[in-house]
Amino acid sequence: MPLFSPAGSTRPKDHVSATLRNPGRVRQFSMADWDLLIRQARSAGLLARVRHVLDQHDLVSGIPNEARWHFDSAATLADKQQLAVRWEISQIRQALAKLAIPVIVLKGGAYVVAGLPAAAGRLFNDIDILVPRAQLGPVEAALMLAGWNATGLSDYDQRYYRRWMHEIPPMQHLKRATVIDVHHAILPDTARYHPDSGKLRSSAVAVEGMPGIYVLSTEDRILHSATHLFHDGELPHGLRDLTDLDLLFRDAADSPHFWLRLTARADELQLGRSLFYALRYLHYFLDTPIPDSVFTALRTAAPNRLTRGLMDAIFTRALAPAHASCADALTPAARLAAFVRAHWLRMPIHLLVPHLFHKAFIRSTPDSDVPKPA
Amino acid sequence: MKLLQLPPAELRQRLAGHGVWLRTGPFSLRVQSSLPSVAQGLVDLYGQFETRDASHAFADFHVELNPPNPLRRWFRPQVDFSYDGSLPFKPLPLDQAYPMLEWGLNWCVSMHAHQYLIIHAAVVEKNGLAAILPAPPGSGKSTLTAGLVLSGWRLLSDELTLIDRLSGQIHPLPRPVSLKNQSIDVIRAFSPSAFINRASHDTAKGTVAHMRPPTESVRRQHEAARPGWVIFPKWTAQAHTQLTPRSKAQTFMFLAQNAFNYSHLGAEGFRVGTALIERVGCYDFEYSQLEEAVAAFDRLAEQHAAV
Repeated sequence: MPLFSPAGSTRPKDHVSATLRNPGRVRQFSMADWDLLIRQARSAGLLARVRHVLDQHDLVSGIPNEARWHFDSAATLADKQQLAVRWEISQIRQALAKLAIPVIVLKGGAYVVAGLPAAAGRLFNDIDILVPRAQLGPVEAALMLAGWNATGLSDYDQRYYRRWMHEIPPMQHLKRATVIDVHHAILPDTARYHPDSGKLRSSAVAVEGMPGIYVLSTEDRILHSATHLFHDGELPHGLRDLTDLDLLFRDAADSPHFWLRLTARADELQLGRSLFYALRYLHYFLDTPIPDSVFTALRTAAPNRLTRGLMDAIFTRALAPAHASCADALTPAARLAAFVRAHWLRMPIHLLVPHLFHKAFIRSTPDSDVPKPA
Repeated sequence: MKLLQLPPAELRQRLAGHGVWLRTGPFSLRVQSSLPSVAQGLVDLYGQFETRDASHAFADFHVELNPPNPLRRWFRPQVDFSYDGSLPFKPLPLDQAYPMLEWGLNWCVSMHAHQYLIIHAAVVEKNGLAAILPAPPGSGKSTLTAGLVLSGWRLLSDELTLIDRLSGQIHPLPRPVSLKNQSIDVIRAFSPSAFINRASHDTAKGTVAHMRPPTESVRRQHEAARPGWVIFPKWTAQAHTQLTPRSKAQTFMFLAQNAFNYSHLGAEGFRVGTALIERVGCYDFEYSQLEEAVAAFDRLAEQHAAV
């Protein structure tokens, strides 16, 4: 099955995905193995999720005392974040109530409000919402009134966001310091592919108990997560996003005709290529069960052999935990290539070259902790 | 084995190689550094702590202190603190490498150890009861802490009060005591036998040096203590030594605001915090003479012992 069996070099060193694939392996762990698992999982933002998986397999009591607190502490934080995310979304809902528009929560926030297994043990950086493009101005104004402010980005970054991106600059709450990303589409206008946001909105599903709050349909949610992962330049949480997808797939796969609906929708939204890559690396890192027929259905969306080989070289490295013990000599080059590729997909060359030049040589906001556009 | 049993040459070699493994309170560390000042700091201050061969041992925190750029070796040389490959801070001048290790370790604990409610406060113990000393910088907290632990009180920590969420007990983390500016000389005068390491100048906190923790405090570093008092020290020139009761509610609010992870713990943080406040005496404490301050604390501890 060459279509979904990448050859890669990181799998043997990566304790995190190995443990997610086969939790029982921790029974044979030495203290050095626990040491490495904790460090890699922390780098990948997956400590709480690994704990959750170990808990599902009744393996938490087998974690040596010295190591256990790392998992428990991450779980404490993850539990608190679930509460905080619900609270934050209710605040967003209140802030935008007057506009009477559907607010679609994306990614992690959606997993929480929709009560999906992908919310388990997940750590959050921000909350992503999708609103109609025509409403961007009023949405931004309403959020500012409720205490969210534009983050301290440089003028260049501000212009870059507003002119080219599918989202406005991240907004941070003055008191709670929480960050919202307001999107009007799931890919930039300048990107190679243009999934129609109207189509996504029209199949969105209302969240029970939260009037005005919606999540994407099951298929669209998966396609969005996959697209986001393979269009994002920086992948500090690549493996975490991949495990989200793994959980989304395992949860959805039981519903009748799921795979048919998924591949048809991918085709309709021009997102077949992203779906192909997602499945390929899910298989590589997490052994996600995927029927052969799906790869056959995606044959036309699949890249040629040469591209596949190159992408394997990049993503088997760039999606591994961002920890020195998972890296080989080519990892830095692979991460750079993933960064350049994401930008290449998101904007045409006459915009890309000046942008990368600016990012490489002009320090915009030195040493700020605020999120920046990739 | 104890770190002081390791010949300094061997320690330097390990430090520059796989790193040196140390246990401090509930945490194990692996410190790696090519810098002689870091090796000297460990030799001077961590002699009583347990060490192991780092190459196979589990460690909670893997930290490195190394120059960011070898080209800057002669021009304003700097040091980076790396937490397992990530850099939470901007580089500092090379002269501050050792204090940066201490600050970095405080960061490691306060950012990760959510099995505790972690209050930004010094904490010392006598007769089984711990006195928590929260205070803004400049209030003389570190000076008082150093004075107390040089006078028979046990050092639990000079920066991080670790309150076990389950038991409500305070877990010791008796690392070196940070002394700033005038307090370095005050402590030298107070106890000429105290060991204080080489000072680093012009840091964000002024001149900083570290005092070696008392041997007895390190020996008992796994022995938790019961919270007895929360005391807000304030050094005021010419002031008479005075201990005044203060409101529990206000004390609770201050502790919550000065805890590193109060909000991370949610309702649990509130529960642990209120349980603490219910069992302690809360005081403001004003002093100008360190000897008198120590005597006042001793009286407090004896009153309790007599009950």
